[in-house]
Amino acid sequence: MEKKNRVRYTIAFIILAILLLLFIVINIKAGSVDLSAGEILSILFGRNVDNTSASIIWEIRMPRIWAVILLGGALAVSGFLLQTFFGNPIAGPFVLGISSGAKLVVSLVMIFLLGRSIIISSTGMIAAAFVGSMISMGIVLLISRKVKRMAMLVISGVMIGYICSAITDFVVTFADDSNIVNLHNWSLGSFSGMSWENVKVMAIVIVITMAIVFLMSKPISAYQLGEEYARNMGVNIKVFRIMLILLSSILSASVTAFAGPISFVGIAVPHLIKNLLKTAKPILVIPACFLGGAVFCLFCDWIARTLFAPTELSISSVTAIFGAPVVIYIMIHRQQKLQ
Amino acid sequence: MEQYFFHTEQLNVGYDGKALIKDIEIKLNKGEILTLIGPNGAGKSTILKSITRQLKTISGTVYLEEKEMGKMSNKELSKKLSVVLTSRMNPELMTCEDIVSTGRYPYTGALGILSANDKEKVREAMEMVHAWDLKDRDFMAISDGQRQRILLARAICQEPEIIILDEPTSFLDIRHKLELLSILKKMVLEKKVTVIMSLHELDLAQKISDKVMCVHGEYIEKYGTPEQIFDEEYIHSLYGVTSGSYNENFGSLEIEAVKGEPRVFVIAGGGSGIPIYRQLVRAGVPFATGVIHENDIDYQVAKSLATQVVTEKSFSRISNETMQKAREIMMKCEVVLCPITEFGEMNENNWILCMEAKKHGLLSE
Repeated sequence: MEKKNRVRYTIAFIILAILLLLFIVINIKAGSVDLSAGEILSILFGRNVDNTSASIIWEIRMPRIWAVILLGGALAVSGFLLQTFFGNPIAGPFVLGISSGAKLVVSLVMIFLLGRSIIISSTGMIAAAFVGSMISMGIVLLISRKVKRMAMLVISGVMIGYICSAITDFVVTFADDSNIVNLHNWSLGSFSGMSWENVKVMAIVIVITMAIVFLMSKPISAYQLGEEYARNMGVNIKVFRIMLILLSSILSASVTAFAGPISFVGIAVPHLIKNLLKTAKPILVIPACFLGGAVFCLFCDWIARTLFAPTELSISSVTAIFGAPVVIYIMIHRQQKLQ
Repeated sequence: MEQYFFHTEQLNVGYDGKALIKDIEIKLNKGEILTLIGPNGAGKSTILKSITRQLKTISGTVYLEEKEMGKMSNKELSKKLSVVLTSRMNPELMTCEDIVSTGRYPYTGALGILSANDKEKVREAMEMVHAWDLKDRDFMAISDGQRQRILLARAICQEPEIIILDEPTSFLDIRHKLELLSILKKMVLEKKVTVIMSLHELDLAQKISDKVMCVHGEYIEKYGTPEQIFDEEYIHSLYGVTSGSYNENFGSLEIEAVKGEPRVFVIAGGGSGIPIYRQLVRAGVPFATGVIHENDIDYQVAKSLATQVVTEKSFSRISNETMQKAREIMMKCEVVLCPITEFGEMNENNWILCMEAKKHGLLSE
């Protein structure tokens, strides 16, 4: 059995790696400017650097791909952490309203600064999104003390999300600036317009956070048996809970800061990964979720860019189409198990 | 001062800073079993949560090996104390072996990867509870009895010196109850582990415990050996039993006797009466019984269920006066039953009673 499991884990990671490479290639190739494979290869290996094709690849498509990988991974792991925290399989940054809280604060900060002709830095965006995430998270935590039913918690989160989105729409509509078009796109969720500068900042934040999350695999595994058993195993529950909240908020805040709120990745990916691995061991699920999130978002971004090209769909519409059915499946499956 | 492995001093426990149960003084040596008994809602779980540091104590001190438990680090404590709780958990996609493995948590490295030694300990623990064959099963897909055994194995492989169990036998059928308690007893004997648990089954508590603590009201009502605790009157008052009765010798419960003038007389002895007494009570028929020796097994049940019991002193021949008393009651009854199959010197007179009943046409075959 142990051997069989190990084979399964290895195969799962190989599949994820292959899919990741496949979608990287597809995303380099896909776009409004049609480039042949030969052209792309020569650009990637540094020949004829000085034309527009090269700058499309290097300045538009490559940073975007890296951003999608990092943010997609972060989003899936953030979802996994929230599910662990709430002991609820359909918890995630989007359904709990955390992404929308981040979106609201980022919009407010951006409009305020744009009005004074100051352009906000990447780090500033993350900080604003983090503040927004923490505010929403605080409200969700207060509600979770009162209601224990998982459905109620999710409904509260969705409501918080609606309130935040409504206020964001309101301020965006009444803000007067030429940048409003960008702001509007961003507030619907989009991976477009990533620069290498953005990628650098998000890479630093996400890689460090992911390393800490990975090192917490052990207490997370204890926490899966419930708070009381975890405490008996020697986990400092207070510190652990604060860490989970902070880490998941940093991850989802980074995503919202750069790409706006993206729905369902945080729920669908951890669920699919756990079923692929047939285990919930955090030490395996955390890295696999990161890879899975990256693959899922690369796939969705590819669809968003190419389906109605040159018009780009908002990324959330695409992730919802593929992610929401997974949520419905989980709900039905759980219900059947309980009966 | 005497040294104890585990003891508490003036411990007050409760919720939100309010003490529910006061002055708890537990004194336990290594390898002893302490059972908490008491009615539902008396605070057994509150006490167990407090001495496992799940709940903040209101005041007082808990000592483990003469060290204050409140001052131990989480890690230190986790190597000494493990728990089996009632809270229902639903871990996703975890096999029974995975669950048991979490018991090794305090001993593994930063990433929690099990060494060969850890795996061996997991195996040993699972074999001890006869659950090794369940190792690859999903924890959510097994029965309550199996789940309880797996949780016990988890607690065992944490290699504790003391195990605390909150109602480990609830949800279990009688076979699994016995099995679970036998495993505990074995652990205590083999590994000198100390056990504190709460039980609903008084009969089991009486049989397995070295010490019993009765939780009732604001204070601990009684603390001592089962022999000191278990008398019929006290158990009745502890649980507020008004219908039925508790037998301290058997640790068994009998339902309430049928009141009224006896309609049936049972000539019994040697255990032949018990099934008949129970049948009569079930049918709602008041009955009398005799002549029964005070050391007879029938006597234990008869005194709870019969409206009248005619008894004779232990090891004595049934006297003529006693027989006369029995005869008077018997003649007023509608039917006489005589389930005795063997008569000897001591109960010769019961045989004579039986013959008289037959002569009067009262005896039912």
